[in-house]
Amino acid sequence: MSSTPTIPPIPASPGPADSPAVAQPPITRRVKQRLTSRGATIAAIIIATVWTIPTLGLLISSFRPEENIQRNGWWNVLGDFEFTLDNYADVLVSGGSQSPNLGQYFVNSLAIVIPATLIPLVIAAMAAYMFAWGKFRGKDTMFVFIFALQIIPLQMALIPLLKLFVNLQIGDFQLLPSGSYAQLWIAHTIFALPLAIFLLHNFIAEIPGEVIEAARVDGAGHATIFWRIIIPLSVPALASYGIFQFLWVWNDLLVALVFSGGTGDVAPITQRLAELTGTRGGEWHRLTAGAFVSMIVPLLVFFGLQRYFVRGLLAGGLKG
Amino acid sequence: MEDLGNKFLQVVVALAIFAAIIGLIMLLVDRAPKSFRDKATVIGFLAPAAILLVVGMIWPAVQTTLLAFTDRDGNINGIDNFIWMFTESTALITLRNTVLWVILVPLLSSGIGLVYAVFIDKAKGERTLKALVFMPMAISMVGAGVIWRFMYAYKGPEQDQIGLLNQILVWFGGEPQQFLLDAPGNTFFLIAVMVWIQVGFAMVILSAAIKGIPMEIVEAARLDGASAWQQFRDITIPSIRGALVVVVTTITIITLKVFDIVRTMTAGNYDTSVIANEMYTQAFRANEPGRGAALALILFLMVLPVVIYNARVLKQQRQIR
Repeated sequence: MSSTPTIPPIPASPGPADSPAVAQPPITRRVKQRLTSRGATIAAIIIATVWTIPTLGLLISSFRPEENIQRNGWWNVLGDFEFTLDNYADVLVSGGSQSPNLGQYFVNSLAIVIPATLIPLVIAAMAAYMFAWGKFRGKDTMFVFIFALQIIPLQMALIPLLKLFVNLQIGDFQLLPSGSYAQLWIAHTIFALPLAIFLLHNFIAEIPGEVIEAARVDGAGHATIFWRIIIPLSVPALASYGIFQFLWVWNDLLVALVFSGGTGDVAPITQRLAELTGTRGGEWHRLTAGAFVSMIVPLLVFFGLQRYFVRGLLAGGLKG
Repeated sequence: MEDLGNKFLQVVVALAIFAAIIGLIMLLVDRAPKSFRDKATVIGFLAPAAILLVVGMIWPAVQTTLLAFTDRDGNINGIDNFIWMFTESTALITLRNTVLWVILVPLLSSGIGLVYAVFIDKAKGERTLKALVFMPMAISMVGAGVIWRFMYAYKGPEQDQIGLLNQILVWFGGEPQQFLLDAPGNTFFLIAVMVWIQVGFAMVILSAAIKGIPMEIVEAARLDGASAWQQFRDITIPSIRGALVVVVTTITIITLKVFDIVRTMTAGNYDTSVIANEMYTQAFRANEPGRGAALALILFLMVLPVVIYNARVLKQQRQIR
């Protein structure tokens, strides 16, 4: 996931298109048509299989006993079938000092991702509402400027931002202590804003003006309009972008490495998994199970909310 | 359990503080004297985003730019960091690898994604076929790194292989390889992981574009006796050119910034580093913030033209529509 603009065109009216495929010497047209699409389907199934096997192999291995994983490949699973949940128990809850303790890091990931998704959504929606419906000088220039901020890669902000967090203190009291979630929440919020404001603006600007005008006439202020009308009507857009931000934060490694301090008190599961890969790269019973623990949430989000996810991809899928 | 409660509490407190701040803004905006209310609204609604962006992004970006011209003690050293980048051999390998990534990943991902999108269009089980290839997009690059390290796992020739790729080599009578250790091949095996992830993205976007091609054009071409290949070349490709450009440029930008895969799989060792990884290593591990900043700046300058081009294509498309 990346916070770069992804606004490909949405087909105005998805019309059916026949599948052009690899050329076949025409015998008769009907036969050719069927032959090519059958060949294409087989090719597609092969690609899909190749694409799925790596994940499947990891999943199967995560349920095999350690000795089996080290003895032979997972494709032998039917030959020496043994099913165990020990690997998961080991990585998640076993309390030994050798244990990866992933349960703890999993909780950290949740604690990071929930505020780091909700906070930028609210802040971005507020700004987007002003850019769409507010009246002030320099509105368009400012909006274009914020859109343009997307060109700044994360890397450009990391070093000074870390310094800023460290130096932000009142007397001896550090406002955002290192090794707290706060730095991660704020960093993720900042990096989310340009794209979020842009995408939400596109959606909010399309809300019919009469709806807002009617509320105005009834005496509603901006705050009321924002919470009673704009937010409820923007739920599809908020959901699409929210899923993106959620996956982006959950899957992030770079921001975590720079700001989390790396301890079990704060660091997310991706960081722990990357660390285990580096220090104990041969302990496949732990790595396979650990990888799946880290992947389960995004996979649930993905399969449960695929519609929103795809819509989010298409056009910041909010508006064509 | 105590730990869990503590973490839960931190989240609740943070959200409560945030809600309080936002609530206060809303209150002030609604209670502001009438003459000042519109201005107060604009300021109140924009302030949180504006402050965060100025303090957390714009100002740091300026500082990073300045930092790129300093040494590790903060003294100005002119363009030394850039000289280092373009002369020192490990730095040069980093640049070479980045170029390899940036050429191969967009090309291969878009190519495979396009072919796949065409193949599955209207096929039985299209949704399932899509989901299977799209799935790697959802998981983290760290997770993908583990998955592929396992695919590339190596055991001595006398042992049973546990990595599928080496097993396939052995089945075909070859010797097992240390895929991730042997340069320069290892960079290509890392690139494969990124392609594995990005094909799904390309496929979903291009598939939507293909479905948007007007039926009449396709029908007309078929009546004229166009072969499947001709249809693909003369109808499909020109009709989705815009989407194709967006896919290629977007993947290019993502690839330029790739970090997690390299970090997880080799940590940039064995001549596999790329700019984003080297930037992290120099700035946060090697205590060379100047070099890190210089690398960040180069990254920015490489991303810049692609983003501008991308934005222009998008604008054109919007105007056409």
